[in-house]
Amino acid sequence: MNKIFEVPAYAYERSPDQDSVNTVRHKVIVIGAGPIGLATAIDLAQQGVEVVVLDDNDKVSFGSRAICFSQRTLDIADRLGAVRPMVDKGVQWDKGKIYFHNRQIYEFDLQPDTGYAHPAFINLQQYYFEMALVERVRELQANGAPIEIRGRNKVEAIGTHDSHVTLEVVTPEGPYNIEAEWLIACDGASSPTRRMLGLDFEGQVFEDNFLIADVVMEADFPSERLFWFDPPFNRGQSALMQKQPDNVWRIDLQLGWDIDREREKRPENVIPRLKAMLGDDVDFELEWVSIYTFQCRRMERFRQGRVLFAGDSAHQVSPFGALGANSGMQDADNLCWKLKLVIEGKAPELLLDSYSLERAQAADENITKSSQSTSFITPKSEMSRLLRDAVLDLSARHQFARPLVNSGRLSTPCTYHRSSLNSADALNGPEFTRPGSACPDAPLGDEFLLPKLAGKFTLLTIDADAPDRIEEDGVEATRLALSVKDDVTLDLKRRYLGDATSAVYLIRPDQHVAARRDTYEENAFRQAIRRATGKE
Amino acid sequence: MAELTLIPNLDDADGFYARLLAAHDGLEKSDSDALNARLVFVLANHIGDADVLDQAIKLATLRDA
Ligand SMILES: Cc1cc2nc3c(=O)[nH]c(=O)nc-3n(C[C@H](O)[C@H](O)[C@H](O)COP(=O)(O)OP(=O)(O)OC[C@H]3O[C@@H](n4cnc5c(N)ncnc54)[C@H](O)[C@@H]3O)c2cc1C
Repeated sequence: MNKIFEVPAYAYERSPDQDSVNTVRHKVIVIGAGPIGLATAIDLAQQGVEVVVLDDNDKVSFGSRAICFSQRTLDIADRLGAVRPMVDKGVQWDKGKIYFHNRQIYEFDLQPDTGYAHPAFINLQQYYFEMALVERVRELQANGAPIEIRGRNKVEAIGTHDSHVTLEVVTPEGPYNIEAEWLIACDGASSPTRRMLGLDFEGQVFEDNFLIADVVMEADFPSERLFWFDPPFNRGQSALMQKQPDNVWRIDLQLGWDIDREREKRPENVIPRLKAMLGDDVDFELEWVSIYTFQCRRMERFRQGRVLFAGDSAHQVSPFGALGANSGMQDADNLCWKLKLVIEGKAPELLLDSYSLERAQAADENITKSSQSTSFITPKSEMSRLLRDAVLDLSARHQFARPLVNSGRLSTPCTYHRSSLNSADALNGPEFTRPGSACPDAPLGDEFLLPKLAGKFTLLTIDADAPDRIEEDGVEATRLALSVKDDVTLDLKRRYLGDATSAVYLIRPDQHVAARRDTYEENAFRQAIRRATGKE
Repeated sequence: MAELTLIPNLDDADGFYARLLAAHDGLEKSDSDALNARLVFVLANHIGDADVLDQAIKLATLRDA
């Protein structure tokens, strides 16, 4: 049977654009049908913005790359109408175990808290994640949404102009030109767009190699994240094992810097390493093996005129913490509503600069996280190893030391606390729903809060009055009226009121808080809408 | 900002010093180093306050300002 990544998911088909006498201009072109390009295109098309995705390939990601997807990613995928197959297929986990030398030193629970529609994390091969998005594209197309994916369409040249961007695309049937009012480059870490526009991508290379193996085996290891510091089977290095669907296990073995990469990749060298880890009697089959080195870097600005960068093209981090695709999904989330308002003439282009500022802040946080994890996992000096081992030895016996153990800080949504789109906090409410925060979910009877906040500005009122809708300079906000009387679990109160007795939140289409106060005040909220759309 | 205590504050300076030395008695250099490292984390956790810890780290470097 063919694997899902061996069959074309968006086979090349000739487009009328290739036969058009005049170069056809599209609203938005997305380069790259990786997870971020697909999510971006779906987000736009769902809101009625016409979009064409070009990819030089015609299949979902070959072999497995990302496997670990965060709750925020699932919340976004939910808004994009693609979350079901991901959650149905994915392996849920919320427990992890940490080993040092030859023993387990402690276990942890990622989400002791309840009241969310989606799990803290799921493990799912990137090809399944992408396939769920491709299927969503097909569903949108069937419903007449303006979205198209063109496989084996390789972008070879880009010309930038004040009012549009021109592209030269090569296909199996030869080249053609097209244009776009806006171009979104989701063309991955080695982004040809970035190169063609001569833009920087500065950062730091980690001098380390990782053997990443996906093995198929019938094993009764629990679906937990298992992390080893300095285990007997990989002396002086680290190891990580996680379960994926279809009895596939992801194993990451740190190899160090001075190795012969080609040699290490050969099955005759990989298999003994895995046997040392899994035991001689475990039968397994290799699905995928590769050796990676990692970098932490980002572009200075994610917007260059009419070209926007999202996902790995804009920023790259080491794999500890599953920060890559998860942060890219938040890029898409942040960008699409802004671009839609700009395209519709309801917001100034300046709003797009807030995309760059907000998401660069997120990238910096991720780069810091990822560098700190690396320093802990890979001590660079004798003293840093001594300190690291001291923390691990203490953690085996004492809970107080466990927060110092860093085996990767898992992806969390960025709070845009410095964003110019926020209004000053005017509620004595919980810290994690202050302006800039991604709204946490909360149960509402049989349903959940987040789907009700999707894709539009919302005035969320909790035991407070407000009009059912207000419109400010073309931007509409509609009310969602809730009461703690219906809040049996008290999650809504805990997450949105704290000590306050009432609250009104202005929530952006990407489910981030723009403003909040204890009661509705028309002027304040009108101004908040203006600020949140780059008009103040 | 919480201030790092810089006036003498130990209940029993000589006794503490003696017990610290005693804890290292008979240890190999590497085990002694590890003990000191663990002690740093135990004490740091007790203090908790990030400002105080920052001042402490700075002070311990013996570099001015
Ligand atoms: C081993 C490993 C493990 C990882 N684990 C995780 C994890 O657990 N969780 C997580 O969140 N992230 C993880 N990541 C990171 C994750 O894989 C990336 O962040 C993610 O793939 C980025 O998606 P993207 O859409 O930005 O780019 P990509 O997935 O790289 O997609 C770019 C697309 O652009 C296309 N393209 C490139 N050039 C052109 C061109 N000239 N014309 C047309 N198309 C073009 C390519 O064909 C490709 O389809 C991991 C990465 C690796 C390598």
